[in-house]
Amino acid sequence: MIRFILLQNRQGKTRLAKYYVPLEDSEKHKVEYEVHRLVVNRDPKFTNFVEFRTHKVIYRRYAGLFFSLCVDITDNELAYLECIHLFVEILDHFFSNVCELDLVFNFHKVYLILDEFILAGELQETSKKAIIERMGELEKLE
Amino acid sequence: MNPFSSGTRLRDMIRAIRACKTAAEERGVVRKECAAIRAAINENDNDYRHRNLAKLMFIHMLGYPTHFGQMECLKLIASSEFPEKRIGYLGLMLLLDERQEVLMLVTNSLKQDLNHSNQYIVGLALCALGNICSAEMARDLAPEVERLLQFRDPNTRKKAALCAIRIIRKVPDLAENFINPAAALLKEKHHGVLITGVQLCTDLCKASADALEYFREKCTEGLVKTLKDVANSPYAPEYDIAGITDPFLHIRLLKLLRVLGQGDADASDLMNDILAQVATKTESNKNAGNAILYECVETIMSIEDNGGLRVLAINILGRFLSNRDNNIRYVALNMLMKAITVDAQAVQRHRATILECVKDSDASIRKRALELVYLLINESNVKPLTKELIDYLEVSDQEFKGDLTAKICSLIAKFSPEKIWYIDQMLKVLSEAGNFVKDEVWHALIVVISNASDLHGYTVRALYRALQTSVEQESLVRVAVWCIGEYGDMLIKNVGMLDIEDPITVTESDAVDIIELAIKRHTSDLTTKAMSLIALLKLSSRFPSCSERIQDIIVQNRGNLVLELQQRSIEFNSIIQKHQNIRSALVERMPVLDEATFIGRRAGSMPATVSTSSGASLNLPNGVAKPSAAPLVDLLDLSLDDAPAPSSSGGDFLQDLLGVDLSPASNQSGTNQASKTGTDVLLDLLSIETPPVQSSSSPPDVLSSIQDNKSPVASLEELALPSSLSGQATTPVGAAPMMDLLDGFVSNPPKPENNGSVYPSVVAFESAALRITFDFSKPPGNPQTTSIQATFTNLSPNVYTDFIFQAAVPKFLQLHLDPASSNTLPAIGNGSITQNLRVTNSQHGKKSLVMRIRIAYKINDKDVLEEGQISNFPRGL
Repeated sequence: MIRFILLQNRQGKTRLAKYYVPLEDSEKHKVEYEVHRLVVNRDPKFTNFVEFRTHKVIYRRYAGLFFSLCVDITDNELAYLECIHLFVEILDHFFSNVCELDLVFNFHKVYLILDEFILAGELQETSKKAIIERMGELEKLE
Repeated sequence: MNPFSSGTRLRDMIRAIRACKTAAEERGVVRKECAAIRAAINENDNDYRHRNLAKLMFIHMLGYPTHFGQMECLKLIASSEFPEKRIGYLGLMLLLDERQEVLMLVTNSLKQDLNHSNQYIVGLALCALGNICSAEMARDLAPEVERLLQFRDPNTRKKAALCAIRIIRKVPDLAENFINPAAALLKEKHHGVLITGVQLCTDLCKASADALEYFREKCTEGLVKTLKDVANSPYAPEYDIAGITDPFLHIRLLKLLRVLGQGDADASDLMNDILAQVATKTESNKNAGNAILYECVETIMSIEDNGGLRVLAINILGRFLSNRDNNIRYVALNMLMKAITVDAQAVQRHRATILECVKDSDASIRKRALELVYLLINESNVKPLTKELIDYLEVSDQEFKGDLTAKICSLIAKFSPEKIWYIDQMLKVLSEAGNFVKDEVWHALIVVISNASDLHGYTVRALYRALQTSVEQESLVRVAVWCIGEYGDMLIKNVGMLDIEDPITVTESDAVDIIELAIKRHTSDLTTKAMSLIALLKLSSRFPSCSERIQDIIVQNRGNLVLELQQRSIEFNSIIQKHQNIRSALVERMPVLDEATFIGRRAGSMPATVSTSSGASLNLPNGVAKPSAAPLVDLLDLSLDDAPAPSSSGGDFLQDLLGVDLSPASNQSGTNQASKTGTDVLLDLLSIETPPVQSSSSPPDVLSSIQDNKSPVASLEELALPSSLSGQATTPVGAAPMMDLLDGFVSNPPKPENNGSVYPSVVAFESAALRITFDFSKPPGNPQTTSIQATFTNLSPNVYTDFIFQAAVPKFLQLHLDPASSNTLPAIGNGSITQNLRVTNSQHGKKSLVMRIRIAYKINDKDVLEEGQISNFPRGL
């Protein structure tokens, strides 16, 4: 199960933070700070997995952005790595060539996309096309 | 109106915040925005509510407090418009979590929305429920979710399935309700519904044994077929990742099969074929394929045994292990840890590769590999593997050394085939990473060294050599200092030379140099320095030629600002200067430390083995020092709190023996050193100005006098280790006043004022031959101080000469003794001696007075010694 998802830039600014377990605000800030510290200086050749407290963080870097998933220690790391990539592809498709600024100004849309992709800490949909179509339908309702 | 469509103020606010150059500027902008939003909330502004909440979410993401917006979420959710509901639910998920009570208020809105005719609104409600549902909401809304599992729209079904997962995670009792609808989902063709359905079944199996049984029986075959279809499906662009159709679905299915196959041979049989197919046919050149293989291997390892499949799985892991991608190697190591219980031999084959991974530059891989190596080591391969690890210790990263050292030490201790190997390896570890070695590890090493009597010489020489190069490793220095102190003579004389050793020439002054270096190095910590002082004391007796130099070094520390060191130096100096004759007995080699006790204590049985003054514990060679010392120590140990119970009784006796116990009572270190040479020596060391002729008193007298201190005579007799010492040591000490050990504790106070007693007099002590009465008075204005007039009365028909009264108190008291009126106590009825005492009680009102006394006198030139404890002081003194 995914505990939380973080999207941070290299400076550690949080661009998206979704928690599937309840945490105090202060604890959330601490987690965001620690995860950033953990992933930001790792060599690109290193594994994309770091142990974090009693869980592990699966992260992947796209340009200046770090996508980090905190998952259970027994979860399939490679699958979540693939999961991050699928999410990025969806964003890329939705914003057509996504950049950090898209995510900043449309943060609420990013959350909506995420809610169509992952729910309750589990994968909800594996088809990029299905999610993009669903987003289109939702946009029409605005 | 859409809050995001055109140049609304959300965009402007984000721009304004982004334009800020300093954090202070940003705080200013946020404060202004928050103030405006609060104002809007107070005015109950409907038009901009969703825009304001959107802004608040952004502000929240920046880390500012936004609790005041929580109610706005609820209002938006209650609105009938989709865009407003959408923002409301988004805010609900971001700003609130399941623990807030506000959430209770939303249950009703959620229920309505779950029953809404608009499937998009149903979707919003399901999404919110899945992400923040509490146990209470789970109970309230489970029927809605159950119904939605059969909803016609697949988007709603998959969301409902994930909501159901959240619900049964919160309330496992609800699992039963979902078994049937979940089983129906497994027949779906829609991937989204199928994958969520599979996940729901997996969770149901964990929550309920009934569910597991049901799915195992009814669905295993179907799932195998589904997996077969997915694995064999032709190219499907919608789900294709790196040439594989929906790897996520593959993985979920494999996981559920694993749960079903575990512990059930029939179910396992059903899935053998498809597992073999997935394991052999899946492309392994891309991450997606490897993810499937990884999951497949785990399933093969977990389900009921099928030899062929397991070989296949281990081979896949072998391939993974040699992969150039670090991620793949990481998961291989991870999985090999699980495989080791299934097929240890197969994992052993990859030992060399795994060992290489311990040296990887990536900390994640190193950590996994180290744990795996730790599991791989057994009696037969411990030597080469330990060598590899120790070699690597030299070049490893600083931050990895702690982990690595701990693991190596634990391996050495667990598998060491012989003592010399253990000592060799530990010395290597100490030389490489002594600063990372935990205290209990080097304590254990000392215990082992102490027990390896044929290796003492070898060890001390090896340590001496190691210290030449690795002087910065604190724990190495400590062990070396201890060993040189104990076995210094063996170092010099090359005693017990082994064939494998090169002879070395070390002079006495070389050995002292090494210790001097340790004590003077400014990075040495207190423990090292304190241990060095003890080693010096020991060497002063072992190397008579260096005695003066050693004394110089000790004297230099007399002014040390650290109390412990200062005290040790002063005490040791006086031993060297004034007590040449007992010194050699004092600094005898330590008795062999008992391994069983040490190990037992480490395992947590400590209190039983060191419970002070219980007869059994006194039989332990290790227990000797502490229990025997205890009653005597507190006679004099002013730092102890309450007289009868020695404060460190539960403490680390090994530390005590090593003289490194610096915590509770600093006086003890000195006395502990002494104690091991026999009780009688200790007695004398501790006695305050023992009358000269005490030596003529036979040992039983000494022992019986301790009876007051509740130590059984028998055990004390056992304790007098080298029995030959008793006579030899007592005689000279008797002549030597030990007052200097206690310099400053006893002084000559001015004449006490006697205001007459307001407290009743007490008979403080009474024996067949002697009675002591105490009269109390309090000087006005100082309630802490009590003046005591002691009156000694002789009850026997003989005259007592050389009468001396001594007293000691715990550290919360201060005691001043005035000179006695006389040192001759006439025979019965013919007079008495009086002596004034002044006691200051720093814990006045909390603790009452307590005192230990000792009276020495002579009858017809024959020594008599009486001791006792006084605790019957009137209250309130």
